[in-house]
Amino acid sequence: MNNSFSVIDNNQSKEKIERTANIIFAICAFFAVFAVFSISVYMIISGIPALYEVGIKEILFGTLWQPNAEVPSYGILYVILTSVVGTLMAVLISVPIGVGTAIFLAYAAPKPLVSIVKPAIELLAAIPSVIYGLIGIIILNPLMYKIELILFADTPDHQYTGGSNLLSAVIVLAVMILPTVINISESALKSVPEKFADASLALGATRIQTIFKVILPSAKSGIVTAIVLGVGRAVGEAMAITMVAGNNANLPLPFNSVRFLTTAVVAEMSYATDTHKRVLYTIGLILFAFIMIINLILNKVMKKGLKSGTKNSL
Amino acid sequence: MEQRTLYKKKTRQLDIIAYGIIYFCAFLSIIILVGIVGYISYRGIPYINLQFLTTESSALKGTTGIAGNIVNTLYIIILTLLIAIPLGVGSAIYLNEYARPGRLVRLIKFTTETLSGIPSVVFGLFGYVFFGTTLKLGYSLLTGSLTLTLIILPLITRNTQEALKAVPDSYRIGALGIGATKWYMIRTILLPSAMPGIIAGIILSVGRIVGESAALMFTAGSGHLLPKLGQYFEGLLKKILQPGGTLTIELFLSMEKAKYDTAFGIAFVLLVMVLGINVSTKYLLNKMNVDKKRK
Repeated sequence: MNNSFSVIDNNQSKEKIERTANIIFAICAFFAVFAVFSISVYMIISGIPALYEVGIKEILFGTLWQPNAEVPSYGILYVILTSVVGTLMAVLISVPIGVGTAIFLAYAAPKPLVSIVKPAIELLAAIPSVIYGLIGIIILNPLMYKIELILFADTPDHQYTGGSNLLSAVIVLAVMILPTVINISESALKSVPEKFADASLALGATRIQTIFKVILPSAKSGIVTAIVLGVGRAVGEAMAITMVAGNNANLPLPFNSVRFLTTAVVAEMSYATDTHKRVLYTIGLILFAFIMIINLILNKVMKKGLKSGTKNSL
Repeated sequence: MEQRTLYKKKTRQLDIIAYGIIYFCAFLSIIILVGIVGYISYRGIPYINLQFLTTESSALKGTTGIAGNIVNTLYIIILTLLIAIPLGVGSAIYLNEYARPGRLVRLIKFTTETLSGIPSVVFGLFGYVFFGTTLKLGYSLLTGSLTLTLIILPLITRNTQEALKAVPDSYRIGALGIGATKWYMIRTILLPSAMPGIIAGIILSVGRIVGESAALMFTAGSGHLLPKLGQYFEGLLKKILQPGGTLTIELFLSMEKAKYDTAFGIAFVLLVMVLGINVSTKYLLNKMNVDKKRK
């Protein structure tokens, strides 16, 4: 009979549902593993051939980027250097301002000010990167051009870039990673146990002394996390700096028109063919390798942070 | 003579300078935001009108409109969420309710974090090679959505996990204690309680989708036309397999063509969307926290 009130029968069908649910959720969870695995495999498969075709040395250590010339040359040393130098400069600008703002939010500011500044920074993080690029072109580039005109008035062999140079890109990047640096540093500062500050204040240190000598050192690993995350975002940013950086593969000097790893891909992917396209994949692979290294560092730093965090709370 | 009194506290010069620097840093962050929002509004608002928002650009009439791009953006948002929400929420449920801590969970967590760290250009390249070429989907809204799924998956997973963690254990014990099965408990107790947090994660993802550009360039392409409806609206479905540029892509393209007026118009529309998304996420998360406190 179908509508029997058997407890056992009911249980069996329920168990089946239970097991299916378990399996389905496990599959969902595994999707991330699967995705990262296939991204890695595909990036390697599509990035390696060009290395053989052109030669590892020619690609990685060549300085001439002329994919469309009669004798094409695919050296991306300057492109890699630009990404490294540009990212470091952006982080150098952004971290002091970011940590300063984080201190402001966590310790220095009166409550009403926090309730204005905090949402503002959240909004800053949400602005699409193309908008940063637009602002960069319209405001930053003309400004840079003016500076360029003044600085290089006496050097006739300087190639004018119209303001599209490394410095513009660095400033755009610095602004873009600012929210990341602020948010992570702030939560790091806030997670320092209150008794540290209390003890320091009770010993007669001023608030500023407490912040700089007690709280900042205790929040060190969190701030390092913020910096590494900032580096990751800066290395990976593409659209905002494509137009602003000038896009010629030059040595990364402040007033040179430069090309980043990301912008090389964005700018040429749409029309590249054959070897040229495969070299762009190689650039993608290098970018991917950079990010994976940063991720591993991040993982290490966070683990260390957790350990010292538990020590702190003891 | 050195005075030793509690009442005449010595103010340290350095402290004042340090305070000055800290306030200046915060001030700078605010000025940047106000400057960007102000300038975009100033340049963008004059360009916003009904025609700009509700028609597609026409070279024939010489008019500019972004309706096609708005529709494409909606397409991408809906398609991406349709794929990513089940995956992300399912993954969070597994991690929070089913999995036992160990190697496996660490691996899943590590890859989820890795996924959120990969730059969108790399996603774009991968989407182009895998979904576009290997799966033969070409430049299409579907390719774009599949690529974006990978980007927002960690966001949804993480937010759902947070929301599930916030559900008190007494709910679980109570439900299981009166004989509910695990799946029944998840379905009827956990998910409804965690809903505000999950929705907040979804809205955040919408923000990510709206702002994404690099990953869409080589996957979804750059059409700006409205979908052709067809006789039985089958055109709406066909559109999924056709290329289409979102607002950000159109903004980038108009920037490249030096059509700055259009660019600022789109930028303003994007800003308004982002602001709306921000405010609603805040509201939901606040609501969740209030609920939590009440319990």
